[in-house]
Amino acid sequence: MNRILLRGGRVIDPSAEHDEIADVLIEGERIAAVGRGLRADGAEVIEADGFWVTPGLIDLHCHLREPGQEYKEDIGSGGRAAAAGGFTAVACMANTHPVNDDPATTDFIIDRATHDSPARVYPVAAATKGLEGVVMTEMVALVEAGAAAFSDDGKTIMDGGVMRHVLEYSRLVDAVVITHAEDQTLVGGGVINEGAVSTRLGLRGNPPIAEVVHVARDLILAEFTGGQLHVAHVSTKGAVDLIRQAKDRGVNVTAEVAPHHLVLTDEATAEYNTNMKVAPPLRSEEDRDACRRGLVEGVIDAIATDHAPHAQHEKELEFSAAPPGMIGFETALAVVLDLVRSGELSPLELIRRLSTHPARILRRAGGSLAVGAPADVSVIDPARSWIYDVAKSYSKSRNSPWDGATLTGRAVATLVNGRLVYDVERGILI
Amino acid sequence: MRFVKPEGSSAQGAEVGGGAGASSEVWPSHKPAATAILDEVGIRRSLMRIAHEILERNEEPDRLYLVAIPNGGVPLARRLAANLREIADLVVPVGVLDTTLYRDDLLSTGERPALRQTEMPSAVDDHVVVLVDDVVKTGRTIRAAMDALMDFGRPRVVQVVGLVDRGHRELPIKLDYVGKNLPTHPDDEVQLRGLEGGLRGPLELVVLSTEEASESRGAGK
Amino acid sequence: MIGRDLLGIERLERAEIERILDTAEHMREIGTREVKKVPTLRGRTIVNLFFESSTRTRASFEIAGKRLSADVINFSPSTSSLKKAESILDTARTLDAMDPDAVVVRHAEAGVPQRIADVLAAPVINAGDGAHEHPTQALLDLLTVRQEKGCIDGLTVTIVGDILHSRVARSNIYAFRKLGAEVRIAAPPPMIPCAIEALGVKAYTSLREALEGADVVMALRIQNERLAGAYFPSTREYSATFGIDRAKLRFAKDDAIVMHPGPVNRGVELAHDLADHRPGVILDQVRNGVAIRMAVLYLFAGRQPAEAAR
Repeated sequence: MNRILLRGGRVIDPSAEHDEIADVLIEGERIAAVGRGLRADGAEVIEADGFWVTPGLIDLHCHLREPGQEYKEDIGSGGRAAAAGGFTAVACMANTHPVNDDPATTDFIIDRATHDSPARVYPVAAATKGLEGVVMTEMVALVEAGAAAFSDDGKTIMDGGVMRHVLEYSRLVDAVVITHAEDQTLVGGGVINEGAVSTRLGLRGNPPIAEVVHVARDLILAEFTGGQLHVAHVSTKGAVDLIRQAKDRGVNVTAEVAPHHLVLTDEATAEYNTNMKVAPPLRSEEDRDACRRGLVEGVIDAIATDHAPHAQHEKELEFSAAPPGMIGFETALAVVLDLVRSGELSPLELIRRLSTHPARILRRAGGSLAVGAPADVSVIDPARSWIYDVAKSYSKSRNSPWDGATLTGRAVATLVNGRLVYDVERGILI
Repeated sequence: MRFVKPEGSSAQGAEVGGGAGASSEVWPSHKPAATAILDEVGIRRSLMRIAHEILERNEEPDRLYLVAIPNGGVPLARRLAANLREIADLVVPVGVLDTTLYRDDLLSTGERPALRQTEMPSAVDDHVVVLVDDVVKTGRTIRAAMDALMDFGRPRVVQVVGLVDRGHRELPIKLDYVGKNLPTHPDDEVQLRGLEGGLRGPLELVVLSTEEASESRGAGK
Repeated sequence: MIGRDLLGIERLERAEIERILDTAEHMREIGTREVKKVPTLRGRTIVNLFFESSTRTRASFEIAGKRLSADVINFSPSTSSLKKAESILDTARTLDAMDPDAVVVRHAEAGVPQRIADVLAAPVINAGDGAHEHPTQALLDLLTVRQEKGCIDGLTVTIVGDILHSRVARSNIYAFRKLGAEVRIAAPPPMIPCAIEALGVKAYTSLREALEGADVVMALRIQNERLAGAYFPSTREYSATFGIDRAKLRFAKDDAIVMHPGPVNRGVELAHDLADHRPGVILDQVRNGVAIRMAVLYLFAGRQPAEAAR
């Protein structure tokens, strides 16, 4: 039986509220023991002195582009990029070609992942057929096929009646309905946050209220229907405030935020750099700070990358024509460690938002190093300084705002199901 | 620094009447300070002589048209016009023709030079155009002026006045009327100063040695 | 000039703007000659890369280039990269290989000249990019006002119309502010951009108040095709509330002038007679357009990378 000993690391397990120096022993596909001075003869030893040893990071929200747009990314390349970023599992959205709105496509994705991806892949199936926002999908069959949640992400379900029925029907399965909350009539074709920057740049603005109005609607629908709502990529103060109030009232809602919305503002688009174009857009300082506070307080439960690969020729279009999105697997950790460096979050609380909560939201095992838990482990060096060269990324795409930047914090080893799939010296190993 | 003695009187620039101010001495161009070679008095005398020469040479003085090349040529042309009026009661039109846009070195220089005034009060067709410039060296400015002139019309004859002829021609341009021949080192700078004084001057023609010249060039003429 | 390209007024310094205006005054004189041509840019190639069609602006740049004896080439790729295989930057790179001395770019989307300037070695002149900037228009507007009023410092300039979608408005706001004028904008509320005061202007929804004591009234074109019904109900109501005519001009100074970047929607943003007669100065604007563009080409074309900052 395969045995691995992770020795001397700072073991951070939010599920047990543990944060102390210890060893972790893996046997086969499970955590066998956590404690000091563990002995494991014949085990492969990984010296973790100076590093964090945490439950595997789980990304609630990404785009792997397969089937249909493999020129941007596929399940293999995306899975490798994820593992290189310390993620042991990712949940991929349904806006592929064809849309993942039936069990056959969900099957295909899972099968592909089994063969090609070092990280686990949990498909998020569409909430409506073809993402058209009219007819809901066969949720029961999809969950049986392996779908972990439902979402029309990429698009918004604009019809309130449809969203109501989707939330009501979803009560048949234990899965969240993830909403990409942007009222398209208020977005009005906007390509950047509406504000002083959009005025200066002469670009159509997408006002914060487009998100706030839609979050309000979905929260009320969630409360009314009893369905389980999850708000994707929160970016505005208004949305954070509404979610806080809803949670106080006992509404069944969770929320995520992307790394870029925690550190960047719309000022980053001042040079028309399309790698800064994202949906929802980078917002004002006030919105960014509110998202940080929301994450710290727990109003926002999780961090999710919204890794969205696009080919170079697609991003080289006019700003308004370029598709929105940034890749993010390999830079997420360094970016969000900013909240630990600033003292806003303890390492334990950060890992909780990167692992334990995402697992819970997806109704999947993970986020825990308890004995018997699946051996998905991330080994992290929070202080390592490195220069991100996007040309060397495992992703097929290059649309990152951090190319060439000096980052601090990096995954140095990733283990999935008891196997070392990545280490920083040798790269992806399987 | 080397300097060159002139060989007797060069070109038709031999001065009529001589005089202490307009001397044919040569100032060595390695002198440290800006050296005056023609003062207000000397310039006045040269211009008066030139006015006489113009009248001597041209059988139809009523066809005369003075065209100044800015900036230095402007006060000189105006004074020449005043002289012609004084001597022969002639009213000669005075135009100003900026040659900057006709230069052959425009786009290879660093900054684009500032444009100067162009004002041609009447047509040049069929006139005897006398171009007036303060310092003539390579001859390129005169060539550019002739190109510009041709775009304005068809003069019958073109003649050239240069207050100072420095030599170092790069093109086959000759001067019809010269105030003073002044052999110089190519890197020296020869300047007409006192232009702010307008018509009344006082004007002064100076030469800057090579070091000062390169400083002066750096600052822009 | 400090930068290699002319992408907008926002990044120009006052001294650079004044240099362009002074140079343009000299270029105007050339237009009065028999032979309206100087050899300055002879043998140089100016490329007009107009993704958005515009007969007037393109013709103006073409005349300007030809008066400087340049070879002017017109490229009009189809409007959007989406309609063809070649991206904007691929088009630019292809052009770069032909070694032009200046590329004049016009596009319906903001930011394109900047992106092209990033890949091109040649200087890029922005002839209008979406709602962002139209620097040569603002420069010719400044020149026109300077000719009329002598000096821009201390003047009150009121810009009326669809400020939200207007590059002419943005460029003029920067231009007139940098030269010391007070700038006001007037529009129906949906057409006043967010945080416009950050550009140093005062926003009015009452035309009368905006015109009070104005020296210059600038009317912008209303694009009725796409706006009526969404940003304002009808051209009839727009004309009644924000259209400029002699009656409304009474609130401005007695010697106020009226400007318009053209083409004019007669009877909508500007009354017929103001389009044709003083105090409307539209034809002077057009004449100054060629002079300004000659000045810009003279000052920017053919500059080597070593000379200019990027």
